[in-house]
Amino acid sequence: MSQYTLNVNGQSRTVDVAPETPLLWVLRDHLDLVGTKFGCGIGMCGACTVHLNGTPARGCQTPISTVGTQRVTTIEGLSATATHPLQKAWMELDVPQCGYCQAGQIMTAAALLREKPKPTDTDIDNAMVGNLCRCATYTRIRAGIHRAAELGANGGAR
Amino acid sequence: MSTLNQKPDVRGQTSEAGAPAGGLDRRSFLKFSTLAGGGLLLGFYAKDAFAADAAVGQPTAATMGDFAPNAFIRIAPSGAVTIIAHKPEMGQGIRTALPMIVAEELDVDWAAVTIEAGMFDTPKYGSQSAGGSTATPQNYDPMRRMGATARAMLVEAAAQTWGVPVSECTTAAGSVLHAASGRKAGYGTLVAKAATLPVPAANTLVLKDPKDFKIVGQRISGYQNADVVTGKAIFGVDQKIPGMLYAVFEKCPVFGGKVVSANLDKIKTLAGVKQAFVIDGTANLTGLMPGVAILADSTWAAFSARKQLEVKWDEGPRATDSTAAFDKRAVEIGSKMEGGTTVRTVGDTAAALAGAAKVVEAAYSYPFISHTNLEPQNTTAYVQGDRVEVWSPTQNPQAGAGLITSALGIPAANIKLHITRSGGGFGRRLSGDYMVEAAAISQKAGVPVKLTWSREDDLQHDHFRPGGHHFIKGGLDASGKLIAWAHHNVTYGTMGAGRGGGAPTLSPGSGGGLDGNQFPANAVPNFQVMQTIMECSIPMGPWRAPGNCAFAFVTQGFVDELAVAAGKDPVQFRLDLLDAYPAPAAPAAAPAAGGRGGGGGGGGFNVARARGVLQLAAEKAGWGKKFPKGQGAGIAFHFSHMGYVAYVAEVTVSRTGVLKVDRVVAAADVGRQIVNLSGADNQIEGSIIDGLGTAMYQELVLDKGRMVKGNFAEYPMIRMPQAPAKIEIHYLKSDNNPTGLGEPAIPPIAPAIGNAIFAATGKRLRAFPWSKTDLSWT
Ligand code: FES
Ligand code: FES
Repeated sequence: MSQYTLNVNGQSRTVDVAPETPLLWVLRDHLDLVGTKFGCGIGMCGACTVHLNGTPARGCQTPISTVGTQRVTTIEGLSATATHPLQKAWMELDVPQCGYCQAGQIMTAAALLREKPKPTDTDIDNAMVGNLCRCATYTRIRAGIHRAAELGANGGAR
Repeated sequence: MSTLNQKPDVRGQTSEAGAPAGGLDRRSFLKFSTLAGGGLLLGFYAKDAFAADAAVGQPTAATMGDFAPNAFIRIAPSGAVTIIAHKPEMGQGIRTALPMIVAEELDVDWAAVTIEAGMFDTPKYGSQSAGGSTATPQNYDPMRRMGATARAMLVEAAAQTWGVPVSECTTAAGSVLHAASGRKAGYGTLVAKAATLPVPAANTLVLKDPKDFKIVGQRISGYQNADVVTGKAIFGVDQKIPGMLYAVFEKCPVFGGKVVSANLDKIKTLAGVKQAFVIDGTANLTGLMPGVAILADSTWAAFSARKQLEVKWDEGPRATDSTAAFDKRAVEIGSKMEGGTTVRTVGDTAAALAGAAKVVEAAYSYPFISHTNLEPQNTTAYVQGDRVEVWSPTQNPQAGAGLITSALGIPAANIKLHITRSGGGFGRRLSGDYMVEAAAISQKAGVPVKLTWSREDDLQHDHFRPGGHHFIKGGLDASGKLIAWAHHNVTYGTMGAGRGGGAPTLSPGSGGGLDGNQFPANAVPNFQVMQTIMECSIPMGPWRAPGNCAFAFVTQGFVDELAVAAGKDPVQFRLDLLDAYPAPAAPAAAPAAGGRGGGGGGGGFNVARARGVLQLAAEKAGWGKKFPKGQGAGIAFHFSHMGYVAYVAEVTVSRTGVLKVDRVVAAADVGRQIVNLSGADNQIEGSIIDGLGTAMYQELVLDKGRMVKGNFAEYPMIRMPQAPAKIEIHYLKSDNNPTGLGEPAIPPIAPAIGNAIFAATGKRLRAFPWSKTDLSWT
């Protein structure tokens, strides 16, 4: 066991865990941030997507010992009040079915929109290909990202 | 897809009715509410509510002002309206849809409603299972009456208070109004009076005219969406209770195998591990199977320790089974119309085939597949003596509770069960195996535990959709009319133990059995269906529209082949077959087709409704367009779970064989009223993509008695780039009762796309997964 001090959603959090423990499980079991989900544990589903210094990363493939001082952002830290354009668009378009994949979808999409504020369908497909949705909400995720791009362009926070 | 007109739900209420949230259990809530001056607590017995002629909404004296019996509505003196959603939410939207119906008749603003999830409580709510697309049809009328009863009592209270006739009072947005005197009273101000009034008899209730609906029929965003998008929605796997240990459970990879020994001494020395032991389990293939439990202080510690677990298994008699051998046997069996059980026979099929002008012959097949809920199976349980409290993502709490009683001896009355939000259902969570496992581990460990399955557990210990083989011969006369159909279905089954330890008879796995009533059964004068069951020990369970997905692929694909052989347009050929159905359409004695509701449960196949969706899909898609080589359109329709759905799919197949679904046009008839347009569209969109993904990619392989694929690397799922570019949905509002959409939308999509691929390339796809077929063309 080793101590790690992490910067999670702007807060300093210290945990005492084995060095190889994936960030996913540190967030879920030790920091009670359960919005980040476990779907496969091998980097194939994207349910565990978080941001490290703003870049999407697979929580299940990120040993805690490699996180260091990078800024960790989870779905809980994306916006304080559900006002990120993606969150607004997701509610407006009723994107979630079971909702289990959606934190990962939104985190991946948030990074896309930061890179490309007006993504095309192809941009979206390329960015989102690593995020599985078993309920198959893909058409609404696409529409949701386009809608968020609109909301963002109209002055929404990002 | 249009955007939602309706204000999104941003309340994010996640409390549970009757749960000890905030330290208030059901009884203390009652005291609390009494002390606080009381709200209007309407109680209804679900068993009455579901009886056609019962005096629905007739609480006894004991139910009034008492929170204990079936309360679906709670109105506080402040006017706050709480509606209890008693069915499990797994993404199908039922915890939004049913409260919408109540709120509509109660006549309150949707934005003012708080939704609470109901605890598992059969005496209070009746069945809380959500499966078979039954929740909407079984609850639509009762939920309307729940709302209307409360509304009637509030109106009566206002009328008495004001000394005016009830007939002069109206309601709107949570208030009673008296136009003549300009008076208005919010529901909250009326609850004290209303609670003292007799409950009106069901036959005195006046329900709204659907044209006045303000909530039902709108696009309403899912009730917990604000929580979902902020990571606050709590699924089963997110539960945490004080003192809880994190458990994993390793079962024998060969179904039915037992533990001989395990290196438990070593496991107990590993970091974070607190306990490790063997669970003896039972012989029930879908119940508590034998295995080894490891309990640790974190999920990762338990997962890590498991990597060092070594178990010596007694694999039992099934350790040499393989899908390769089953497939080979199926072909030997099925290629002859003999040796099996005759399911249905009409006319003289052999003679008709012998005399047919043209005979078309084909073999269709599909592999075992998994439900693959994205949230792996899990349950949190705390057994204390002969009591247990359970938190589980279940779509069928009864199943888990039943297993906990039968396998662990905990009386039904001592099971307190929280139905958490589920990360997908698809039928998997109708089974209670993972629930009884968690309870068994907690019982033996003496501490609360959260059991979490790995993805590998999930793929290897699913209750799988059975694979199957269909061998069909169709005979056409000189005019191209279908005169004979011979069909041998070779499926899988288990002896009674496979489904709860029942009678020792061989029966097909869920969705494996064909009953001979599938379209175009009654349009063909010489018709024979035969079935052979291959015995196995593979646990099988219902997978979204169970057998219908496979049967629609087979029958709608083969009908397409016949249309081509007859030189007829695929739509016209189907319409001609529907015209050939005798009236009344369904034979009275015919059994239900393809599982519940397939052909019988919904009142039988209705030719007019089938024709309606077929024609609507064709019309909206502009059927008959000419496409260049490499592009094409296909059509299919299917009836299951009381719903009729037809699709036209338009595809492009590149020369190198890459499939792109360009457009899908859907026509659905699920009755006169769509409850939530957004939710309904979601079910159809999801079904289209799920059905395509299943047909294209999914296949499990059994080798040496075990399912060998471990994770998404070997078991690919459809991803965004493969999703159709365009989906258009049309509802045909026939004058039938509203029915569900979780299932009927999935069966016809694979054949529609498969038929389009044929039109585009000339390649006929007769086996799932399609990814194994080279679609390239020159
Ligand atoms: S859980 Fe990390 S990618 Fe699936
Ligand atoms: S909404 Fe269920 S997995 Fe995506």
